[in-house]
Amino acid sequence: MPTITIREALNQAIREELARDERVFLMGEEVAAYDGAYKVTKGLLNEFGPKRVIDTPITELGFAGLGVGAAMAGLRPIVEFMTFNFSILATDQIINSAAKMLYMSGGQFNIPIVFRGPGGSAFQVSSQHSQALESWYAYFPGLKVVMPSTPADAKGLLKSAIRDDDPVIFIEQERMYGNKGEVPDDPDFTIPLGVADVKREGTDVTIVARSLMVPVALKAADKLQEQGVSCEVIDPRTVRPLDIDTIIESVKKTNRVVLAEESHPICGVNAEISAEIMERAFDYLDAPVKRVSGADVPMPYAKILENLAIPDVERVIAAVREVAYLD
Amino acid sequence: MSKQTAEPRSAAGAEEKSSTGVLDDPEVDRQALKQDHDTAKQKQKERLAGLESETLIELYRQMLLIRRFEEKSAEVYSAGKIGGFCHLYIGQEAVAVGALSAIRKDDYVLTSYREHGQAIAKGMSPESVMAELYGKATGCSKGKGGSMHMFDKEVNFLGGHAIVGGQIPLATGVAFAAKYQNTDKVTLCFFGEAAVNQGAFHESLNMAQLWKLPCIYMCENNQYGMGTSLERAMSLRDIAQKACAYEMASEFVDGMDVLAVREATARAVERARKESLPTLLEVRTYRFMGHSMSDPGNYRTRAEIEKYQERDPLKLFSSTLKEEKIVDDKTLQQMDSEIKEQVERAVRFAEESPLPAPEELYTDIYANPIDPSHKS
Repeated sequence: MPTITIREALNQAIREELARDERVFLMGEEVAAYDGAYKVTKGLLNEFGPKRVIDTPITELGFAGLGVGAAMAGLRPIVEFMTFNFSILATDQIINSAAKMLYMSGGQFNIPIVFRGPGGSAFQVSSQHSQALESWYAYFPGLKVVMPSTPADAKGLLKSAIRDDDPVIFIEQERMYGNKGEVPDDPDFTIPLGVADVKREGTDVTIVARSLMVPVALKAADKLQEQGVSCEVIDPRTVRPLDIDTIIESVKKTNRVVLAEESHPICGVNAEISAEIMERAFDYLDAPVKRVSGADVPMPYAKILENLAIPDVERVIAAVREVAYLD
Repeated sequence: MSKQTAEPRSAAGAEEKSSTGVLDDPEVDRQALKQDHDTAKQKQKERLAGLESETLIELYRQMLLIRRFEEKSAEVYSAGKIGGFCHLYIGQEAVAVGALSAIRKDDYVLTSYREHGQAIAKGMSPESVMAELYGKATGCSKGKGGSMHMFDKEVNFLGGHAIVGGQIPLATGVAFAAKYQNTDKVTLCFFGEAAVNQGAFHESLNMAQLWKLPCIYMCENNQYGMGTSLERAMSLRDIAQKACAYEMASEFVDGMDVLAVREATARAVERARKESLPTLLEVRTYRFMGHSMSDPGNYRTRAEIEKYQERDPLKLFSSTLKEEKIVDDKTLQQMDSEIKEQVERAVRFAEESPLPAPEELYTDIYANPIDPSHKS
């Protein structure tokens, strides 16, 4: 299998799906002539032309709504937000139109659309350009929310998202575009939405991590192995719908769990996972559920402060040692 | 137009309220009103040329159906048969009927929450609309949408949308799809004048002209965004002029004259179908009722309401048709009783229809539901 970056894996997924289905088109700011602000869409304008790969004005509410309308009339748009920070302007169309259309039309109008782009913490761009918004979108029935952490997952999940008949929020991680990994080159390779992946098997403590926190959790697990603690790392990959069964099964095995995320702790996805564990596996727990979250502050600019705001390997190790009563 | 509208009143003027709940106003100039009506009628008569009697009678019949349907909606709403919000279309019937008579059956329509009239004019049955108001399983949206969210895929009625202006980007996208798919279908998007202050309006018009999309933006200027008059809410009140900002074609249209609306829409449809270009139509109209059923409308003057009642689109059109000997009183009376019976049938259908089954709560959330226990 070829080894490629997440950026290249996403590019392959979009290219293959544009080639596979005429109804699929890509639109967003700088996706065409500029090759994408993060180069995810490199070469696609040349290959598919301006009808299928469309540069938009900076008008997020407008083009998000335009995409939803196009989906109502039979197309399958991929709408790129240059970053998910800008999707905040488009939330009326994502939430009030895309998420609810099927329901409020009594099942007549489904919205096959993918809203994708980078999210989470970026490198020193301060508060407005560096934030994790998945818990917002995961709150709404009607949306699916996907967050890949490896090149193979990125490709397989994005292809599934484009083929899905519902609106999918597909949040890539801005810091991870250059991460490399093996990716199957079979054009029919897909990964189903809603299925968690056990990234590492272990017996003593379960670490649930997504997106940027997956490599952090895996590094922590390596170090903890040296300290004699066997960690199981689970990546839900899709946060709505959440594959809670896989998490519960793991907790029943290890009896201890750490939940890592880069988003704020209040009303976060891990707050939900924690509640599910309490409801479904309370009697299996040998220690309280421990969350490791991003700091509950707007993201600062200064490197020293930014580092403090994002969970790192050391904090995950400390949390695991805490639930294992090692310190 | 703006000069004839009353000055906004301050809260301190509340004691001026009359017993009818509307603001007191100087003497109504009845002669001026009559003259206004006669001028409008003269213009309407000039628009009759080339139209079959059958077409004209059908236009009137649809307007009357909407009027009677809405009167009945108000009645059953007051009786507690329907819930939520209920925004009536009384006074604006000429807009829906005129506009929708100028498009094809397979053209698309999107609109706001004041939608019962447009739904019926697009070809949805009064039964399915009334049943939706009743929240019944037989409603056009299976009782999940209600007054503000009616849809019918069969007639390309793509919904009532209830965030002011929210349907404008959607309609732009529907027009985008029609062009992408190489069809010659056009999209008609209704919205009120208050939606023009939303960013969604401006973002959409910019893209529509930039990408030459076959979309007709039909602004129904009824002069009030809920209780706030246009004068209190908009710096440039000639809405059609705003199209200049996007180099888009536009027209002012008399929304109380069904034939004026039909003609202007036909010109916009031609532009959309033949040249794939959008148009902004500002259709000046008036709603005779409050914003919704809970609104007594005491922010408007009696003189203003009377002025527009004199321009009632049904009164104007029936008077034209009678004077031109296209219909007589007997025909109109017979039509009215038939329509009243049609509306009664819709009410009976709604009353007798089943409620949604409790299981319906959890259907139609996803087209591809994912079973969380599913494993690849």
